[in-house]
Amino acid sequence: MRQYILKRVLLMIPTLLGVAVLVFFLLRVLPGDIVELKYAGTGTYAPKQAIERERAQLGLDKPLWQQFLSWIWGIVRFDFGQSMWTGRPITHEIAIRLELSVELALMATLVAVLISIPLGTLAALRQDSWVDYFVRVFSIAGLAIPSFWLGILMILVFIIYFRWLPPLTFTSFWVNPKANLMQLVWPALAVGYRYSAVATRMTRSAVLEVLREDYIRTARAKGLWEKVILVRHALKNALLPVITVIGLEFAFLVGGLVVTEQVFNLNGIGKLFVEAISQRDYTMVQSLVLLTSFVFIFVNFVVDLINAWLDPRIRYQ
Amino acid sequence: MLARLCKINFVATLLEVRDLRTHFHTSQGIVRAVDGVSFDIKEGETAALVGESGCGKTMTALSVMRLVPKPQGSIVGGEIHFQGRDLLRLTEQEMREIRGAEIAMIFQEPMTSLNPVLTIGRQITETLEAHERLSRDTPEARALELLRLVGIPDANRRLSDYPHRLSGGMRQRIMIAIALSCNPKLILADEPTTALDVTIQAQILELMRELSRKFGVAMMIITHNLGVVARYADRVHVMYAGKVIESAGARDIYQNPRHPYTLGLLHSVPRLDQPRKAKLDPIEGQPPDLWNLPQGCSFSPRCKFVIERCKREVPPLRDIGAGHRSACWVAETLSQGKVSSS
Repeated sequence: MRQYILKRVLLMIPTLLGVAVLVFFLLRVLPGDIVELKYAGTGTYAPKQAIERERAQLGLDKPLWQQFLSWIWGIVRFDFGQSMWTGRPITHEIAIRLELSVELALMATLVAVLISIPLGTLAALRQDSWVDYFVRVFSIAGLAIPSFWLGILMILVFIIYFRWLPPLTFTSFWVNPKANLMQLVWPALAVGYRYSAVATRMTRSAVLEVLREDYIRTARAKGLWEKVILVRHALKNALLPVITVIGLEFAFLVGGLVVTEQVFNLNGIGKLFVEAISQRDYTMVQSLVLLTSFVFIFVNFVVDLINAWLDPRIRYQ
Repeated sequence: MLARLCKINFVATLLEVRDLRTHFHTSQGIVRAVDGVSFDIKEGETAALVGESGCGKTMTALSVMRLVPKPQGSIVGGEIHFQGRDLLRLTEQEMREIRGAEIAMIFQEPMTSLNPVLTIGRQITETLEAHERLSRDTPEARALELLRLVGIPDANRRLSDYPHRLSGGMRQRIMIAIALSCNPKLILADEPTTALDVTIQAQILELMRELSRKFGVAMMIITHNLGVVARYADRVHVMYAGKVIESAGARDIYQNPRHPYTLGLLHSVPRLDQPRKAKLDPIEGQPPDLWNLPQGCSFSPRCKFVIERCKREVPPLRDIGAGHRSACWVAETLSQGKVSSS
């Protein structure tokens, strides 16, 4: 097992390197570079020398392979450099937004888990009853309704009926938990509902499948209580695919909540991403892609560990 | 000698199945999977339920356990008396207390019948816990004892092992250990060896016989293998299309079959005491279409001895002497000589 973990950790390195190569060269193919965009923003005429000088300052005049190597060398030393646009350290820019994004992703996951596992299980146990139909409609609706639209609806309801608006500025949970939750609960609900839809359907079908297994019949023939059969025998097996889905979705949320962040005026990773791309902030986009890839790989790894812990057939391979 | 005779005469009936009917509702209509089955199992007796696939053997056993797959299947009639109680009248809670404790079941597929994510030890101890059968021993000690009893080598280590590390034969031994764990009165074994290698089959059956004798457990072995029947069963109940069509002592069935279907079965099995070139005599026609059974005797379309009455009236299972019952209108005139000369 220890060997397996070590192997998986080491395998992360070539994967991340591949991502780094891809994002670095793809960015350079995009038309327009950061310096041109900066001057375009000011609306003034930019002399050619000024542009050249600026490029030299950012190191963009060097050959591509040199730029790439110096960037990689920095990362190896955990030095991500500065944002080309603001000049502030990238680690700082990301850190102030990462807390919000990770917290939101965790809360949305919690909402999704709390909705999907009980509902999916219930629907499977009462297959083809009105409970099942209700759950199926509820989850289909979750898939069909975009979470930003649900977010707008929530805000409208707050303003019109309660004359109240969630806080607009982010407060860290550690500073003021109440203000923090007041702001993040709503986007977490909006995102968590959509997210729960996939997980509910997955739970339902997994439980249905497991309940048809021979070992469930064996458990019944042993005279176990229905509750024990459900929790110990059925859920433990059925949750394997559900955990995989939840893990992937969580990784996606950390970097992918662009529109919902916009709706709730949240300054998260998604927003930073969009800004950085439109500004051709090369170093920032590179670091963000690397970060989200790392989150994906890491969450996948954790999911695999949980699955191995739950299922001995994986553990012994 | 007298005491022994009396004992034999007064062996109590453990399980009495009377006119059991289990139906399945499918999109093509109702299937009478079990259609008026009656038989008895005495204490400590090994009975065999024989017939081709789809004749209702498994559903009969699942009906006794009240584990017929819902919602398609349901027991629609009959009585199942077990130690004087009608199982069909018990509440779900009372039935749970009987399953695994009084009546245990072993299934056909050892590869899928054990839960892959629980240790073998846990799958044994949870049965003990569910029935609170924990006297002085801890559940773990009892589980270890059971593993040794069913001949698992290195039992101590196997307790914390998972099923996928064991072979089919070993897993079936675990199933037997689970079945025996609460000292049941009756074990229903649904084709316990069909999925195993031939050499392992004999080992498992010998083990089951040895243990059932040792603990005085009655067994109902469901099988389509007549060799198993001859060697291990005291009584045989032959099923066809959801009905028991012949019941007799195992020896009697071989020497004096009284139903054309049983005759056919016996003739379609290769025998070592016949010349090697002797032709096998398969039963003509198709297995019964359960959605569309013929009027009268369901075997009549394939029967060599069919008479006009067979096509009109269903023959009842009736006594034809010496504990032998047959559901055939011409049971008395059937003889083996007749079939081989025809």
